[in-house]
Amino acid sequence: MRKTMTALALAMATATPAMAELVVPNLSYRTGPFAAGGIPYADGFNDYFTLLNERDGGIGGEKVATPECETAYNTEKGVECYEATKGSGALVYNPLSTGITYQLIPKVTADNIPLYTPGYGRTSAANGKVFSNVFNYPANYWDAASVAIKYLLDENGGDLEGKKIALVYHNSAYGKEPIPTLSALAAKHGFELVEIPVDSPGQEQKSQWLQIRRDKPDYVLMWGWGVMNAVAIQEAANIRFPMENFIGVWWSGSENDVLPAGDGANGYKSLAMHGTGMDYPVYADLKQYVYDAGKSSGAGDQVGSVLYSRGMYAALVISEAIRKAQELSGHAAINAAELRDGFEALEITEARMAELGLPNFGQPFASSCEDHGGPGAAMIQQWDASAKTWSLITGFIAPDDEVLTPLVMGDSAAFAAENNIAERCN
Amino acid sequence: MFYREAGDFKTSYVDDSQTFPIRFDRWRYYAILAVAFGAAPLLINDYWANAVFVPFLIYAIAAIGLNILTGYCGQVSLGTGGFMAVGAYACYKLMTAFPEVSILIHVLLAGGITAGVGVLFGLPSLRIKGFYLAVATLAAQFFLVWLFNKVPWFYNYSASGQISAPERTILGHAVTGANTTASAKYFFCLVILFALAWLARNLTRGTVGRKWMAIRDMDIAAEIIGVNPLTTKLSAFAISSFYIGVAGALFFAVYLGAAEVGEAFGIQKSFLILFMIIIGGLGSIFGSFAGAAFMVLLPVLLKNVLVGQLGWATDLAAHVELMIVGALIVIFLIAEPHGLNQLWRLAKEKLRLWPFPH
Repeated sequence: MRKTMTALALAMATATPAMAELVVPNLSYRTGPFAAGGIPYADGFNDYFTLLNERDGGIGGEKVATPECETAYNTEKGVECYEATKGSGALVYNPLSTGITYQLIPKVTADNIPLYTPGYGRTSAANGKVFSNVFNYPANYWDAASVAIKYLLDENGGDLEGKKIALVYHNSAYGKEPIPTLSALAAKHGFELVEIPVDSPGQEQKSQWLQIRRDKPDYVLMWGWGVMNAVAIQEAANIRFPMENFIGVWWSGSENDVLPAGDGANGYKSLAMHGTGMDYPVYADLKQYVYDAGKSSGAGDQVGSVLYSRGMYAALVISEAIRKAQELSGHAAINAAELRDGFEALEITEARMAELGLPNFGQPFASSCEDHGGPGAAMIQQWDASAKTWSLITGFIAPDDEVLTPLVMGDSAAFAAENNIAERCN
Repeated sequence: MFYREAGDFKTSYVDDSQTFPIRFDRWRYYAILAVAFGAAPLLINDYWANAVFVPFLIYAIAAIGLNILTGYCGQVSLGTGGFMAVGAYACYKLMTAFPEVSILIHVLLAGGITAGVGVLFGLPSLRIKGFYLAVATLAAQFFLVWLFNKVPWFYNYSASGQISAPERTILGHAVTGANTTASAKYFFCLVILFALAWLARNLTRGTVGRKWMAIRDMDIAAEIIGVNPLTTKLSAFAISSFYIGVAGALFFAVYLGAAEVGEAFGIQKSFLILFMIIIGGLGSIFGSFAGAAFMVLLPVLLKNVLVGQLGWATDLAAHVELMIVGALIVIFLIAEPHGLNQLWRLAKEKLRLWPFPH
């Protein structure tokens, strides 16, 4: 035991992190049951920063380093990664795990480091009055739930009265997040909500889908991740559930989720908070500076996939926030506190997205002291199994803020009361 | 040279029955305590506390707890994760319901509540043994996790089912919540571990522990010589669950700060702690420490060496790490089926004879 300790001490003492000027740790997971989602996201995230370094010489003349730390989607390893990278001058965290996000919210607030959780994490963090250091624009889980229901309302001529909607969810903080919203929406629109939990990691879902076969819900919504998605879609195909009535959240809508079910997955729908595919000008630069230069992250086989695009989108927002922070502070070598101000003042317009080579990719949004959540709109995409592509079947659908705002306020107020947080921005 | 009984005269029964009969051992123990209590809190930083020491200390408490039940009393349990969850949720409910009461009392009460639950799930041990009991405790594991997921009262109706520890202080120092300093966390866990380990060591040397061991070695014979299996088995369950509950409370409140039951206290946790005591050595307090150190520190060490020193890709390092830890477990158990404690004991035997072995 003491030998281990000595060796550990030696390893730690001599471990010198690569010191770049701007450190954006990438808390990724390339192992475990959620790796199918973690790998493309991490690759997209790294590749975008590599592009900035290679093409523009970094951001404002400062190179960006993205040291990776493997979390395996595990909260204990997430804590270890946070502590291990914090000391290297980390500017922002993006752990791609709702569980780890919950762990980190109090820690980043105490250390004054921003936490950026696009489309995941704690929904009520959208309330900047309570959550000073957490940003989850452009959209969050409750937006997703509301957008899905709005889409179904459209499909049914504005009336969901008497319909039965099942929610198949990962039995964790992540999967439970939409339940309050869906319950509120069920009360408003008069549909029945059936909650069907799937225990992590979700490789075994026979009983859940038997229940769906028996209950015959009109629609099934899914909050799944990792291996759970592919299993659910396969099971839905097995019970011949009509795929066009099966809608996944944006974390249940990647190629990895639908490909295993083959033709059975045809017609499956999912939410999308950004475009996908390689028909964007940015890919010409990525090809020139990153892929062809042999600097791709990972195996380089994920390019253009849904989650690769999302990782790239997260990196893009972070890089824009860094630019904003550099502009606000007047110097290039910003620190975490300055980046937090950058995140809060960030505005991304459609013109800016086009300038960055991603026209019509994401929605424009602007952050403020009160609003860390963005507009929250999302699109619906549908899987075409023969062409093996996702096609967008709607434009951006705005969520029902009338229902969401009181829920966000209520949940954040409860957190503020539990932790004695005074409201900011007054 | 230094490590021998010769010249170390005992003149009273108390001296004779002390935990560390050899002078060198005793001084070594005092030196470790002095470093752990005196020097380490001053030197420790956030990384060392949160990634290395705090998890080690907390897992050591849990391992001692399970060792009491499985190692000393011979009742195999796979419900450790579930009992840790009881401790964590009890602590959370107490912390949020009575914010003015000291966190130390909450942690101990959480242990007490877990003891009650442990006794309840220990009742089947009076009828069934061995693998059958393991299955009964496995049921406890799944039932408890399901319960904490299902009943919103346990997580104060929060939207996501997550519990998060608010800030609580002892003597003006935060020990839970985000503003806790590394040394406060470390010191709080260390004090509790020291007290509980000291208690466990003395319990296992006394009547209670001897009864447990009698039941472990042969329950029918123990019953014939007058050991009551009901009270003995249930006391083992109660005390073991108390330790595990305290560990669960600390794990949630001090170490993680936020937890969700399926992820933090799932079946993997039960196995992890069972592996700790098997590798460390069943029926030994030192083994609990050694096993916890092995299972907690080795992965962190390997990760730092492979990724930090050798610069490997994180996924490759994670896979190799699993292989190395797995291989080491197999090698250790082939070389010494009784665990690290037995290796340590043999080393001490050899030292006593050195440099003149027979």
